[in-house]
Amino acid sequence: MKGGKLLTTVVAPLIALVISFAIASLVLLLVDIDPFFAYSEMWKFGTTTESLISMINRAIPLFVSALAVAVGFKMGLFNIGVEGAYLLAALVAAWVGALFSVTPVLHVSIILVVAMIVGAAWNGIAGWLKVKRGVHEVISTIMLNFIGFSLSAYLFLNFFQEDTGSLITATNLIPETGWIPSLNPVLGWFGVEPRAGSELHGFLVVAVFLGIFYYYLVSRSRFGYDLRASGVNASAAHASGINPKRMIMTTMLISGAIAGLVGMSTLLGFTHRYVQDFPSGFGFAGIAVALLGRNNPVGIAFGALLFGFMERSSLILDLKDVPREIVTIFQGVVVLAVVIVYEIVSRYAQRRAVAAAARATAEQENDREVVAI
Amino acid sequence: MAQVPVVHLSGVTKRYPGVVANRDVELKVMTGEVHAVVGENGAGKSTLMKIIYGMVRPDEGTIRIHGEETHFKSPKDAIDAGIGMVHQHFMLADNFTVLENVILGSEPRRGAQIDFRSASDRITELGEIYGLKLDPSEKVETLSVGERQRVEIIKVLYRGARILILDEPTAVLVPQEVDDLFDSIRDLTGRGETVIFISHKLEEVLSIADTITVMRAGETVGTTTPDQVDAGQLAEMMIGSELPSPQTRESTVQEEVLLEVSDLSLRSGSGRDVLSGISFTIRAGEIVGVAGIEGNGQAQLVDSLMGLERSATGLVEVRGKKISQLETRERRAEGICFIPEDRQKQGLLLTSPLWENAALGHQYEEPYAKGLWIDKRGARKQTEEIVRRYGVMTPGVDVPATALSGGNQQKLVVGREIMANPVVLIAAQPTRGIDIGAQAAVWEELKTARAAGMGILLISADLEELIGLSDTIHVLFEGKFVAELDPNDVNPETLGSYMTGAGQEAAS
Repeated sequence: MKGGKLLTTVVAPLIALVISFAIASLVLLLVDIDPFFAYSEMWKFGTTTESLISMINRAIPLFVSALAVAVGFKMGLFNIGVEGAYLLAALVAAWVGALFSVTPVLHVSIILVVAMIVGAAWNGIAGWLKVKRGVHEVISTIMLNFIGFSLSAYLFLNFFQEDTGSLITATNLIPETGWIPSLNPVLGWFGVEPRAGSELHGFLVVAVFLGIFYYYLVSRSRFGYDLRASGVNASAAHASGINPKRMIMTTMLISGAIAGLVGMSTLLGFTHRYVQDFPSGFGFAGIAVALLGRNNPVGIAFGALLFGFMERSSLILDLKDVPREIVTIFQGVVVLAVVIVYEIVSRYAQRRAVAAAARATAEQENDREVVAI
Repeated sequence: MAQVPVVHLSGVTKRYPGVVANRDVELKVMTGEVHAVVGENGAGKSTLMKIIYGMVRPDEGTIRIHGEETHFKSPKDAIDAGIGMVHQHFMLADNFTVLENVILGSEPRRGAQIDFRSASDRITELGEIYGLKLDPSEKVETLSVGERQRVEIIKVLYRGARILILDEPTAVLVPQEVDDLFDSIRDLTGRGETVIFISHKLEEVLSIADTITVMRAGETVGTTTPDQVDAGQLAEMMIGSELPSPQTRESTVQEEVLLEVSDLSLRSGSGRDVLSGISFTIRAGEIVGVAGIEGNGQAQLVDSLMGLERSATGLVEVRGKKISQLETRERRAEGICFIPEDRQKQGLLLTSPLWENAALGHQYEEPYAKGLWIDKRGARKQTEEIVRRYGVMTPGVDVPATALSGGNQQKLVVGREIMANPVVLIAAQPTRGIDIGAQAAVWEELKTARAAGMGILLISADLEELIGLSDTIHVLFEGKFVAELDPNDVNPETLGSYMTGAGQEAAS
């Protein structure tokens, strides 16, 4: 069985990566660009200290967003509403965070909790609609995204926006007690001294803990068992004593709470206020990363880093006259390839398991006959 | 007359992991006859029919149709050869009309359009010839079960079948509908069509069949005709003398009431009474059997007792504690467990490892859980114990449940529920679709549990099993308990007549 595990967790993503590179190379060849030139430029630029820091910073919100999506996936719930949830959560958390100042750790904790509550409440609406009215969560979360965008724009422009004395429209600045410091001092212990302006977000620590929390919740806890059982076979899960409605509600709340944290690395580590062009799109990209990582926290981390690396290193392509869109193509292809290859490989692994079981059965029957004689 | 058999199977063998479903099967069906294939559940009838219909390919043996050796790759080949099958579970689209259902997949065309007119005429014509009256424009959802079956038969005839396989066609019918069906079957054979009739109901077989082939444990044990045998002899052929019997020994029934159900009723969404006024008790060490034709409320009874169906009214008590308002999990905590009728749907996580399957339904209890966490080590150890005690054949406890044969899956489910040592065990069709060896093992476990003082509700379509294991039998008919019988006083035939509602008048 170890063989089957190795196949699905390591071999499948590797095959998918090779296929994706092959397809991206073909596309580059079609527009008369040497793919190896493009890749080597990306590699050269993407592996500088500053680029690696940027890769991690870009990966953090993707990672958190993918975890939020993956919790739902585990029980067969498709939460597309991470996008709306995190933007709304970031706005409210930024506004609340700027209202007061307390000791640093407490201040940051309060802001994070507010973000989680807003995210949970927002996605909870979709859960409630599904439980009470049977509205499919894909429909309701897509709708809620649009409502979320409009609601946050409305709140921002009419209530939360402050006069910053410049052309930037933004909420009030969160006092410094509510900031998460960068991890550059830690890098310094290892002799890594990035150039000024390049800072490793301190939220990385929270994200790592979130990944560990996700693993224990999903793979080790009783709740996680119920979650996975509901995803594999809903009627058997129900028969085993799992209340399906409560399960849907709880999962949407957890997913929403994690979604609420998606914008926090940007808010508390970088902008310190909600700005009109607060980075968006992490919620949708998180779906791709969750697929890429097969809902496994380590896989998701790799997926997020890969996406982060591609985005950062693609910056060099414009200077080298290579269309940067190749990265978007690659990201799309890699998700498709992972889904398809994984399916093929796991079917193969399953066939092997069935054959092994049949063999074992035959052997045991033979043994039994020998004993009977 | 030295006629060539229209269907001739010889030496057909089909193996599944852990089970030989068909072994060296011989079957000769002549043109224009009703050929019944009888046998207990799990005797291999369904597999044999799937082989004839091209759904399953045999490992060994030859199939001759009209004397020519054939190798069907799919049901399409079988249909082309003039073979049609009416499945036990209908495959109809409810919101389509009779006409649309019949032509679905073989639509007659005129240009780019479907020629509904000629199809409709053809259906009416077929209906008149064979006494299968139907209105082609009616929607299937408004039809009765018997009428739906007629749609299935017409569908098969419409595709040009001259050999019809009817898989347990009477299982879902009420007696009046059975008579209508038999009239149609006689019309069919009168016109030279051939009918292969699968059943385990002996009286029916004796009344309709021209020839009877008996199957037991995957083998054909003999072929006979209704005037050579009576029901008793046929039952003997089906069951065989050396086979394990479900017979329990002396009574182990104690005073203590474990499950008390009074006036349990359930109304379906459409306002039909699916269960009405069900009352019974189960004492320690007692097996209470529920007999009934499928679809008379068995599934709803189980769901209501387990709390999966929450709209039932009435009182359910386990050891004097009222549980009828509780959720499934809380009911399980009070010591009520169940072996679901459909193990793959309600009892297993097919793609998950065995140890997770063993924990299903017990994931809140030791040894599967510790506090808020799943105890993987404890769960694996317990699963190994189930595998050992119940003879589940598997290479290990980490293989997915889907890798196991049906019998081994069932042994795992039975083992997990009995090992949890419940106060009351609901066993719905505990031996359905499993091989004889596994069946005997399950019977043995139920007997041991009974002797240890467990209260068991046994719901089964296998009448021998019911009569052999139960201390009391209730007959469920159209959602009501219509008779309470002593298993010592009944045989499968009398029990069968109670199940059709016929015994109701006799009893009252």
